[in-house]
Order: sequence, then structure tokens, then C-alpha cells
Amino acid sequence: MFGAILTKLGIKKRQGRENVYGYIFILPWLIGLLAFTLGPMIFSFITSFADYNMLKINFVGLKNYTHMFTRDQLFWKALKNTAVYAVMNIPLITAGGVIVAVILNKSVFGLRTFRTIYYLPSIMVGVGTYFLWMLLLNPANGIVNSALALIGIKGPAWLTDPAWTKPAIVLMHVWGLGGQMLLYLARLQSIPQDYYEAASLDGASGLKKFTKITVPLLSPIIFYNLTIGIIGAFQVFQEGYIFSGGDGKPAGSLLFYNLHLWNQAFKNFKTGYANAMCWFLFALVMIMTLINQKVSKKWVYEEDGSND
Amino acid sequence: MTKKRKIGNIILFIVLCLGAAIILAPIAWMICTALKSAPEVAAYPPTLLPEKPLFENFAIAWSKAPFTRYTCNTLIIVFFTIVGGVFSNSFIAYGFAKIDFKGRDFLFNIVLATMMIPGFVTLVPTYVIFSKLHWVDTYLPLIVPSFFGNAFHIFMMRQFYRTIPNELSEAARVDGAGHFYIWGKLMMPLVKPVMATVALINFKGSWGDFQGPLLYLSDRTKYTLQLGLQVFKGQATTDWNYLMAVSFLSMIPILVLFFCFQNYFIEGMNVGGAVK
Repeated sequence: MFGAILTKLGIKKRQGRENVYGYIFILPWLIGLLAFTLGPMIFSFITSFADYNMLKINFVGLKNYTHMFTRDQLFWKALKNTAVYAVMNIPLITAGGVIVAVILNKSVFGLRTFRTIYYLPSIMVGVGTYFLWMLLLNPANGIVNSALALIGIKGPAWLTDPAWTKPAIVLMHVWGLGGQMLLYLARLQSIPQDYYEAASLDGASGLKKFTKITVPLLSPIIFYNLTIGIIGAFQVFQEGYIFSGGDGKPAGSLLFYNLHLWNQAFKNFKTGYANAMCWFLFALVMIMTLINQKVSKKWVYEEDGSND
Repeated sequence: MTKKRKIGNIILFIVLCLGAAIILAPIAWMICTALKSAPEVAAYPPTLLPEKPLFENFAIAWSKAPFTRYTCNTLIIVFFTIVGGVFSNSFIAYGFAKIDFKGRDFLFNIVLATMMIPGFVTLVPTYVIFSKLHWVDTYLPLIVPSFFGNAFHIFMMRQFYRTIPNELSEAARVDGAGHFYIWGKLMMPLVKPVMATVALINFKGSWGDFQGPLLYLSDRTKYTLQLGLQVFKGQATTDWNYLMAVSFLSMIPILVLFFCFQNYFIEGMNVGGAVK
């Protein structure tokens, strides 16, 4: 059918036909790329130099950017909140994920059940989980502080104390680290047992085996997760929105970058300014991804032939 | 097994049990709270198990807001995102995996690069576009993009297509079959497992999506379950038992799917780990 049309169009050579077919197959993606990624990005770049409220455009040069860097106190606060959260969250989740995966890679009774249980929180999606954590972290009679009281620790006020709101979110994410754990586990299962046996024969200790075999072989995935983690930290929105009710309370401690961006765009209708924030976010994430990539050359172990 | 190893295993087992208890405790707490009476929820010190489990709380909570309607709305969106996601991604990925066209590798690198763009970068301009199209307060902004592929899912399906030997499609090509035929008739049955994975990930994503509906839907009759829950939370700040009841009910579909298709969920994660 389609072959006949191509013949009629004079496309008879095999490579020519493959080219036409190829572009037809990826056409939906190409349209999507232009309509939902590149187009919007170009549009937002242009309007980031304008006073724009979705109705009329008034170009103002760099005003949005200078306002962002020099005037908008909340911009810096939001950026700092996001960075603090990222610095706490990423190492904890990564280390936790690796450790749990290593443990779950041993042959223990009931392994399958354990894996299911540890993975369970990461499929509990939706706002219900956030409400659950608000309840768990209730300073007076929440289960977390009740459990801490049992071992003689007076728990903090979590979501109502500005100093503890971000640790509260990190705690919630640590609970849900099963998703990451699974990535490490899959990789661990592909490590041949002979590596460990050979190391044992040479008298290597458990810790040595972990640092010399397990970690290097996991490093590509750790790198992938760090990259995704950095991007993820700058995607944080729901946590701030739901726990604070949209305004970043208490004391602006939950005002994450994206929440500030959201409020500027959809509450104050400063679309031009919000687009400047979008572009700063984009530049920031790109720079960090590049740095991560550069640094990773020093510690990520590349298996021969693993890169196709 | 040596004695030392045996003891080690027992310790490990105990540690794992402790961890499992910590993970399950919040979920148990959710269900217990849902079954408690309002005074008991506020009690200090808290009671561990409800004095008298009030199973009717689930029905009462569900009728406090139009949750059935919200669920139907959510299912409409979920259905179309799954259809869009499964078809578009398997179609696009076939092109990248099995057709040798000019510029393929370059374009595929762009696919990978777009995975690195945080969603918020395009959120505001995309909203402007959808509002100019008068799509705000319809389901279209939540559904239509899924018909144009998703970088991660394209990658995932491409990896899967590449495990299928090329001889199969080559032979069909020699016999005069076009790529549409090969994709629809030969490949579709073979890639069913990964299509199921993509469908599940889409279900999870769009069932749990809060930000999209929050941005695009304002008419209450169009609310999704997640959005309805958030509004319910605002109205009933003190009814934690009812809030937990509805929250738990809202998670049941995804929990059921997870337990039925656990392997597909896990498969998807494994492929994700192969991204470099």
C-alpha cells in the first residue's frame, strides 16, 4: 500500500525509502518536540525579556533578570530552600538506596516479600501520601514523635517549625526510596559471583569487597541517579504546595523554586518574569548536569563494551 | 553454611524485619486512623488500634464530596493517556530501533537530552499555548501530549525492540512488507510486555498527577480524584479519619495493579537503570 505510494513518488532506492519511513515513524515525537518542548522554550525565552501577562507584551530588556537577581528576595530564598533540600535529600536517598539494595541482594529467608515491602511506598502516589505524612508528623500525637518519645527523644515540630520542614520532606522521601533501591538491585544481580569469590580467596574483608567491587560496578547507576536527583530536586513542587497550602509557610521555609515560579506565573500573572525564572532554572540544571558529567569521569567505572 | 554465616543471616533477617515494620507502620497507621472516631483521632496519647473499628467511615467519607465523579473523571484521563502513551511510544521507538534513516543517531541523542529538561522549564509557556487554544478547563492539556511520545518511554521501548533480532524484520522487508506491516503485525505481539510496563507507568503517573489538574482544571465537576482530595482536605481540616479513609481508597487501584503486575513495574525500573 504505502510502498506503492512511495514508488509513485519516485522514491525507489532502499535508503530513500528507509529515510521516508523513519521520519514518518518518529513524526509524532518531532511534532511533540516542537510543540511541547522547543517551541515553548523559544517562546519563553523571548517573553522573558518582556513585561507579559498573557495579554499584552511590552519588551523591557533585561529588567526581569535584574529584578530576579537584585530585587526579588523571595527568589533567593526559594533558590536556597531548594539547594538545602537537594543537599540533604540526594546523598541520603542514594546511600540509603545502595545499602538497602546490597542487603536485599543477600540470600535471606523471605527475600521476595521484603523486596515487595521495601518497594511498596514508591507506588503510593498521589496527595493521599502527603496527607498521611502530615498526620504522622503531627508534633503532639503523630506516630513519629510518639515513637521518638518511646526512646526518650522529644521530637521536633516538623512541618510547623521552619527549621524542620525540609528534614520532614527528606524523611518522607527516605521512606519511599524503594524505587531507587530497585535500580541498584537490578545491577547488583548482574554482578558475577566469581568476583566476590575471587576476592574472598585473596582474603578481602566484607567492607573491602563493598568498596572495591560493589561500589565501582554500581557507579554508573549512582551517576544516573545523581543526575536525575539533581533534576528531581529542582522539580520539587507538590511537597511545598501541599504541606504549606501554597504559600510556602512556615516562614517561607517551604517556598521552593518551583512554588515561587508557580505563584509568579499563575497567581500574580507575571508571565514574563516567570519565564525568566524558567530559563534560569534551565541554565542552572544544565550547568549542574555538565559538572556532574565531568566529575563522574573520575569515579564512574566504565565496563568494556558497556557503551554501545 | 558455616555457623558464623548463619548468625550473620539471622541478624540480617532481624534488621530487614525492623525495616519492613518501619515501612509498613505508616500504611497501617493510615488504615487505623481511617477506622477511628473523631475524638479518638485527636486523643493524646494516641491509641494504637481503634477502640471500635468504624468501617462505615469509608462510606461516610466517600459521600462527603463527589468522589465517584472525581474517580470517573480521573479514569477518562488515565484511559486516554495510556492509549496515547502505548501507541505513540511503541510507534516512535520502532522508528528509532529498526529503521536506518539519515540523522537517526543525532535525533535520538536529542530524545535523550530532553530527558534532562526539568518539566517546570516548559510549564509556563505550555500553559500559555494551551490557554490560547482555549484548552484550559478541559482534559486536553492532560491528554494530548501523551500522544506525542515521552522520551523515557521511547528509550525504554527502543531498548526492547533492539533485543529482537533484525533478521525478522529484514526477512519481512525482503518479502516486500512495509514498516507499517512489520510494526503492526510482527512487532506488536512481541513487545507486549514492555507495552504493559509503559501502560502501568502511565497509569501511575496520570492517576497520581496533582500538578497538571491543579493548573488546568477549575470547574469543580471536572476535578480529578487528587484535586478533589486536596479540596476536601481544605474543607475538612479536622476530619483526619475521613481524610485518611478517602486517601486510602484513592490508592487501592494502584495497589491492586501493583500486586497483580509486580513484574512489569519492576521491569520498567530495570530498563531505567540502563540509561547512561
